[in-house]
Amino acid sequence: MTVVAVVLVFGFFTYNAQVNMENRGIDFGYGFLSQESSFDVQFSLIEYDGSHSYFRAYLVGLLNTILVSVIGIFLATILGVLVGIARLSPNYLINKFAAFYVEFFRNIPLLLQIFFWYFAALRALPLPQDAEAMFGISFLTIKGLFVPAFIWENFNIFFYSIVAAIVAIIVIRAHAKKVQETQGKQTPVLLISIGLIFILPLLSFLIGGVRLSFEVPVLKQLATTSFIYEGGVSLPPELIALALSLSLYTATFIAECVRAGIQGVGKGQKEAAASIGLTQNQVLKLVVMPQALRIIIPPTTNQYLNLTKNSSLAAAIAYPDLVLVFAGTALMQTGKAIEIVSITMFTYLSLSISISLFMNWYNNKIAITEK
Amino acid sequence: MFKYLKQLTSLVAMVAVLFTFTTESMAAKKSKTLKNTQKKGFVRCGVSQGLPGFSNADAAGNWTGVDVDVCRAVAAAVLGDANKVKFTPLSAKERFTALTSGEIDILSRNTTWTLSRDADIGLTFVGVNFYDGQGFMVRKSSGITSTSQFKNGISACTNIGTTTELNMRDFFNSRGISYEPVAFEKADEVVAAYDAGRCDTYTTDKSGLAAQRTKMKNPDEHIVLPETISKEPLGPVVRQGDSVWEDIVRWSLNTMIEAEEYGITSANADMMKTSDNPQIKRLVGAEGEMGAAFGLDNEWNLRIIKQVGNYGESYKRNIADTGILPDRGPNELWTKGGILYVPPSR
Repeated sequence: MTVVAVVLVFGFFTYNAQVNMENRGIDFGYGFLSQESSFDVQFSLIEYDGSHSYFRAYLVGLLNTILVSVIGIFLATILGVLVGIARLSPNYLINKFAAFYVEFFRNIPLLLQIFFWYFAALRALPLPQDAEAMFGISFLTIKGLFVPAFIWENFNIFFYSIVAAIVAIIVIRAHAKKVQETQGKQTPVLLISIGLIFILPLLSFLIGGVRLSFEVPVLKQLATTSFIYEGGVSLPPELIALALSLSLYTATFIAECVRAGIQGVGKGQKEAAASIGLTQNQVLKLVVMPQALRIIIPPTTNQYLNLTKNSSLAAAIAYPDLVLVFAGTALMQTGKAIEIVSITMFTYLSLSISISLFMNWYNNKIAITEK
Repeated sequence: MFKYLKQLTSLVAMVAVLFTFTTESMAAKKSKTLKNTQKKGFVRCGVSQGLPGFSNADAAGNWTGVDVDVCRAVAAAVLGDANKVKFTPLSAKERFTALTSGEIDILSRNTTWTLSRDADIGLTFVGVNFYDGQGFMVRKSSGITSTSQFKNGISACTNIGTTTELNMRDFFNSRGISYEPVAFEKADEVVAAYDAGRCDTYTTDKSGLAAQRTKMKNPDEHIVLPETISKEPLGPVVRQGDSVWEDIVRWSLNTMIEAEEYGITSANADMMKTSDNPQIKRLVGAEGEMGAAFGLDNEWNLRIIKQVGNYGESYKRNIADTGILPDRGPNELWTKGGILYVPPSR
């Protein structure tokens, strides 16, 4: 019955859209995706200009959305965990400061925060010609953050050395676990891992012929009062403002998840662990965290999904994400509203489902395995 | 049994609701728009979110501008009252969807007439009420006085979803200049970002530049460069598929322009009824049956002239007297050296 109703409703909408579009002489079809887009995008991870197709423009927008989401999730997680732990600190100042941060940032609408970081903070940044160098090589200006670019020689050797280090660490960890289970001896895995990850790439420099040099951004004059940095890598201020506001906002929610998770582990668990002679670190690592994570992960997944979807507010401050590039400019230039909006919706749905699936997998992995 | 009955009733209700929607959209034949407008009692008009001289709302919510006057003219013609207009402010991105989906019936929002817009996306352009072209604004202090001084790496602020984005690419590409396009959804944000120093130049239609300049923190610090890099004929747009409505909007605009040509103003329109010139008499409804073909009475054009005024009055009131573009340039009548030329009402 429900299925029939759903099918009828969808069938009706499709039919109605078809009739209306026919009346107004609008064609339906996805053929436009291969046409030349003829508009440029400010910032792109892949090679793109107006001579590429609309599909390529879609990819540019999608990658930019993923980029800002990944940066946002990364920063929000670090900040959220720190603030969550700080909220449990016995130190009055740290505790109250963390509480203030959480209450302040989560109670202001995100769009306002984005505007604040973009327009208020932007106006406060210096023009390129007035910028002070950071560490002598980077410049934070109203036109963006300009940092040196890495120029590698024999980059592949360096890359293989890192891969080798990671493989070695995995093997050593597995071995150490076996040794502990059979003989009860503990191996200092962490120290060995840190050593490997430094020594192998270092060797690649010394004997592998790997060279690294920097291309430092240089100030260039465009007109009497107009300057820009050339060379190096530039991050547009739109990306910085968006990543900053998204992570500051989402971190407040993650902090609360973390606090709830740690507080959710019974006091008896810690005391019991201490009574069998585990050190403070071991109690945290072996008893508290595994149980706390089970509480933290599901609500944190929601926050990751929110952050990804909220990144679509980018359009307000000209960050070329999926909504701005594809559901904005491309939609306008082609007039294919139904096609483009459906693709965009489907893309966000897929992104969200991928994040969910990954987090569910991780959640299952750390769940209690009943024996 | 009872359970199914309940579900069945809700299904029937749902289908019934849906079909009332269908019958409405099916009736979209002939001049549904005119009938609907007269039934509702107001003209639904899409305008900009605030562009002085074209469509701009004051503190009390009264809309003024040359684009606004086109909608007012249609309201005067079909409803008898130029004030019976409901204005919907739209961003560049939303405007065509709002029109094709039937949220508005006229889009009068400084919109450029291009082949692909006219042919592809279910729209019909009815005429041109402002001949414009894309230009660049820069800070005076930059020392730039011509686009030939633009260098690689220049950043340009603009709106998304406009022909501006495409012209800009053509312009910089043909000169081999690399540039950074910074495209915002709303004009106010473009102005704010340019004003803050995010971009070296701000590009849009020249009339838009002149109008937005008045909104800057310090308008005197900015200049509009002399070059025009594109043709931008701006005009009102209607949905494809209602040719009678299309004609009404087209001839409402034409009436305003032709009235100026024959010297008919809001002040002297009534007196012109007794003119010796049959062309003037036709324009004020004193001769011929000029409204019948649209399903309107004979004084529809007289009402436009009396209530809204002719094109020259509208231009003077909105664009010249406000200091935006005192010189009419190409938007002068063909008889006075401009390119405004409309087919005759007869």
